[in-house]
Amino acid sequence: MCLGIPGRIVEVTAPADRPDLRTGVVDFDGIRRPVCLVYTPEARVGDYVIVHVGFAISRVDEDEAARTLAVIRAIPDALATELGPLGPEGARA
Amino acid sequence: MKYLDEYRDPLLARRLLDELREVATAPWTIMEVCGGQTHTIVRQGIDELLPAGIRMIHGPGCPVCVTPLAMVDKAVAIAARPQVTFTSYGDMLRVPGSTGDLLGVKARGGDVRVVYSPLDAVRIAEAHPDRQVVFFAVGFETTAPANAMAVLHAAALELANFSVLVSHVLVPPAMTAILDAPDNEVRGFLAAGHVCAVMGYTEYEPIAARYRVPIVVTGFEPLDLIEGILMTVRQLESGRAEVENQYARAVRRTGNTAARDAIQQVFTVTDRTWRGIGEIPASGLALAPRYAAYDAERRFAVDHVGTGEHPACIAGDILRGTKLPVDCAAYGTACTPRTPLGAPMVSAEGTCAAFFSAGRRPSTVGSP
Repeated sequence: MCLGIPGRIVEVTAPADRPDLRTGVVDFDGIRRPVCLVYTPEARVGDYVIVHVGFAISRVDEDEAARTLAVIRAIPDALATELGPLGPEGARA
Repeated sequence: MKYLDEYRDPLLARRLLDELREVATAPWTIMEVCGGQTHTIVRQGIDELLPAGIRMIHGPGCPVCVTPLAMVDKAVAIAARPQVTFTSYGDMLRVPGSTGDLLGVKARGGDVRVVYSPLDAVRIAEAHPDRQVVFFAVGFETTAPANAMAVLHAAALELANFSVLVSHVLVPPAMTAILDAPDNEVRGFLAAGHVCAVMGYTEYEPIAARYRVPIVVTGFEPLDLIEGILMTVRQLESGRAEVENQYARAVRRTGNTAARDAIQQVFTVTDRTWRGIGEIPASGLALAPRYAAYDAERRFAVDHVGTGEHPACIAGDILRGTKLPVDCAAYGTACTPRTPLGAPMVSAEGTCAAFFSAGRRPSTVGSP
C-alpha cells in the first residue's frame, strides 16, 4: 500500500454531505477510481497526480506520470493491489 | 550489460554508470528504505551493474513487513468478533500472525473486506450502523495522510461505529536506529521519494549532519536510482554529508503541508516495535488523545496471545540489511509468495518478494 500510483484527473466534485472534502475521479491508464483531492487543492481536471490509497499527494507532469507507471507495472500485482476493489462495500476478500 | 537495453534511456544509464565508476575510488555501502526502490534495484539488476565496492543494502522499506506481529495478532482477534466488519489494505490479508492471517479469519466466516481507500471503510460504517467497522491503519508516511483524513471524516460524521487499529511507522527514526547499531556499515542513504513528497526532507537534515551521512531523496525509476546512487557516492568521495534532492520532479523541501497538518492533528508520535527489528523510540504514530474514541485497541480490549515467528524465517536480518533473501534456507523452497513464511515474502514491496519475482536464485548469487 506504500506505492504511489500516477493518474490523470478526469472529474472534480464535492460530496453532498461533505462539501469541504474535495473529491474527483482519476484515470489510471484506463482504470478509474474516486480520489480525494483535499491535499492537492490546486489540482484541476487534466492534471496528473500521484495517488496514495485514494488520496492525491503530489502533482507531476505527464512524462513523470508515464515513467512512474512503467515502474509500477513491472512490480507483480502492484497496480491491482494498490487500486484495489471499486466501491464502498469493499471486496469480500 | 544484459539489463541496460531495457532502460528508458540506455545511453543515459550507461553514462551515469560510467561516471559512477570514475567517481568511486573507495568501497561504500548505501541503503535504500523503500520497497518500490528495492524492487527496481533488484529487478533491473542495478546492484549488479554498480562498480565493485559500491554495495546496496535493502532497508526496512516495506510497511507490510515491519507491522509488528502483536498488531497482526490483534487485527486477527478483532476481525474474528461477530459484530465486527474488519477493513484493510489488500496486502495485509496474507501477512502471517502467530496463529493465522486475516484471510483465515475470512475463510472461517469473519467479515473481512479489502478497501482501496480508508474513506471506503468510513462509507461502510455509514451504510451499516449495526456493524462495528474497524480499519487497519498501517503504513509509512505515505498512507498517514489518508488514514488521518478517514478519522477526521468519521469524526465530522459523528460515526459511533467506526474505529482504527493504528500501527503507523516513520522512516527517519528507523534510519537513526540503523546508524546507531554497533555493526552498522551504512555510509549513505537514498530517501524514499514518495515518503518525502508527503513529509518533505527537513527532518533528514539533522540526521545527515549528526551522523555525517549523505541522504539523497530519490525517485524509483531505474535512472533515478542510478543517479541517486551517483549523487550519494559523489558526496561520500568529497567528504560531504548533506541532504540532496534527486527527485525534484515530485518532492519539495517542505513536502505537502496540508497532508502534514492532518497527520499532526490526528496522530501523535509514539515508540513502535518494528517486526523483525524490535522497538525503535519515537518511530511510530498513534491516535492523538482527542481522537481516542476512534481507537480500536481501546474499543476491543485484546490480550496478546502471540507465539512468535516461524522458526525458519530470517526476516529480522533481511529487514536490517545484514542478510539477503538468497542467504535464507527457506527462500524459494518452503517460502515463496504463494506460501510465505514471513512478511517480506508477502508484499510486492518486500525484499524477499522482490528477489523472488526477479528470479534471483538461492545461495551463491549476491551474498556478500
